[in-house]
Amino acid sequence: MTPTLSIDDLRIAFSHRAGSIEAVDRVSLQIAPSECVGIVGESGSGKTQVFMAAMGLLAGNARATGSVRFEGRELLAADRATLNRVRGSKLTMIPQDPMTSLTPHLKIGIQLAEVMVAHLGTTWSDARSCARRMLERVHVAEPMRRLNQYPHELSGGMRQRVMIAMSLLCEPSLVIADEPSTALDVTIQAQIIELLRAVRGEFGMALALISHDLAVVAGLADRILVMYAGRIVEAAAAGELFRRPRHPYTAELLKCVPDISGPRPARLPTLVGQPPRPGEVLEACAFAPRCSRAAERCRIERPELGGPAGAQVACHFPLSND
Amino acid sequence: MGAFADEAWQRLRSNPAAVAALAMMCTILALTWFGPWISPNDAQTLDWLHLAAPPGVQNSHWFGTDRLGRDLFVRTLAGTRVSMAIGLAASVVSLLVGVTYGAIAGYIGGRTDHLMMRVIEILSGLPLIFFVIVLTVIFGRSEYLLFFAIGAVGWLTMARIVRGQTLSVRRREFIEAAIASGAGTGRIIFRHVVPNVLGPVIVYATLTVPQIILFESFLSFLGLGVQEPGASLGTLISEGAAEMEVAPWILLVPGSFLALLLLCLNIFGDALRDALDIRDGSP
Repeated sequence: MTPTLSIDDLRIAFSHRAGSIEAVDRVSLQIAPSECVGIVGESGSGKTQVFMAAMGLLAGNARATGSVRFEGRELLAADRATLNRVRGSKLTMIPQDPMTSLTPHLKIGIQLAEVMVAHLGTTWSDARSCARRMLERVHVAEPMRRLNQYPHELSGGMRQRVMIAMSLLCEPSLVIADEPSTALDVTIQAQIIELLRAVRGEFGMALALISHDLAVVAGLADRILVMYAGRIVEAAAAGELFRRPRHPYTAELLKCVPDISGPRPARLPTLVGQPPRPGEVLEACAFAPRCSRAAERCRIERPELGGPAGAQVACHFPLSND
Repeated sequence: MGAFADEAWQRLRSNPAAVAALAMMCTILALTWFGPWISPNDAQTLDWLHLAAPPGVQNSHWFGTDRLGRDLFVRTLAGTRVSMAIGLAASVVSLLVGVTYGAIAGYIGGRTDHLMMRVIEILSGLPLIFFVIVLTVIFGRSEYLLFFAIGAVGWLTMARIVRGQTLSVRRREFIEAAIASGAGTGRIIFRHVVPNVLGPVIVYATLTVPQIILFESFLSFLGLGVQEPGASLGTLISEGAAEMEVAPWILLVPGSFLALLLLCLNIFGDALRDALDIRDGSP
């Protein structure tokens, strides 16, 4: 079976006055049809850029090499026309900030319907009724009225529902959700995640869930990729990753998730130190300076991602946890 | 634009100066169309009995006559009509060309933008008068040439303004979202960028109308614009200036029309800027 998205050896570098900055370093990943993959990492780990490359949304000074294939079609080298046929219809994105991602002067109904008119050649009136039904399916109250409203008349959660509806209109095979709940307040966050779960069950598309929040990813993803400094450091089935993290970074991250049931610690645990600055050339393990298990080898030789499928880790001394 | 336009209209209506200016402009406009019907005189008949007659009611020349005995009321209204037509036409030309040009340059950016902006710089480096004189020499004098010449130069500033606005809009998330939805460049420029820069553009356009009227008056004053027996506010003022000492009304009548019109347009433009100054309607 061809994977829905298959990324091979992707490197992304941003050219800069002082040279070039490597943001993504040899990332390979696959997303199977109707699989939900969570991508976790802190800011600057390159998790968003990987998918920006897939969508053709990299900044002008970025240079990407490697391969990104969507349903067997190469996207990285594709021209704009090819990209435009795919993105927005079969490959869609739910943006981080719904407040600013809708065009302010167009009514919701027009913005939704336009996607179908442009991609599927639907008539405006058909597209409009599809849009209304889709709003119903993502639980927007009074969908008929919403169609005639402007984005600023809707709340943040409502707008994110609209964005989710928009991403689903053309029955996509992969939806990329880039921190879909980060810009919303906590109760709405939970609703949006719940909605994504429901929608995934209903539409059966693959979902790439990008987040810096392990808790967001935990309940939704089948498989989790942990990124650090532009590289995937651990890739494991979700349950496995939470039960038995193998990479010290993952383990540290998990410790940082506050537990509401246990005794309250005096201070919330945090990771010591800073991630490497962008542009630093890393011949060694990028996590070594912050790692309590780091040995001489970690500072000389770079660990490659390896191990059995379903529990891959890029570490010389992975935690065994057995 | 619906809700946004409604809101702007509400704000505009609550500004008494704007309403007064708008009402005054409408009155002047109505006068230029219907005034000549009210008056028993027409613009080109010479009344030998009343040469350079002062304003008065007794001889039906309400605003007086000029040196050749032509009725100033009718002539001023005809001149106002020409001036306003030139102002509006040239503004529309500069709006269409300037918005398209500026939005394309700003959105595409990079080398295209560089090239397009250099073209603008070269064009705006040409002295306008020189440009108009050359055009007049080549094509002969006509009002249409005047429309064209003024419009051809008027769009330069408009293009710059639109480009600047576009630069600030094109990095916004909704543009990225539109790209991610597979919208082509043309669709993004004209559907997502242009409507969002329209606020400042409309305002600038209302402020160009008086500029252009002034410029037309200036050209006509120099003898490059509208020619006898036709009249524009500029030619009337230039005629009046020659008789200023003996018959000041020949200058004062078209002069006050011009001043009033410009005042109204400027007040209205300012009010429009205030009314449209709600950035993208988000709370």
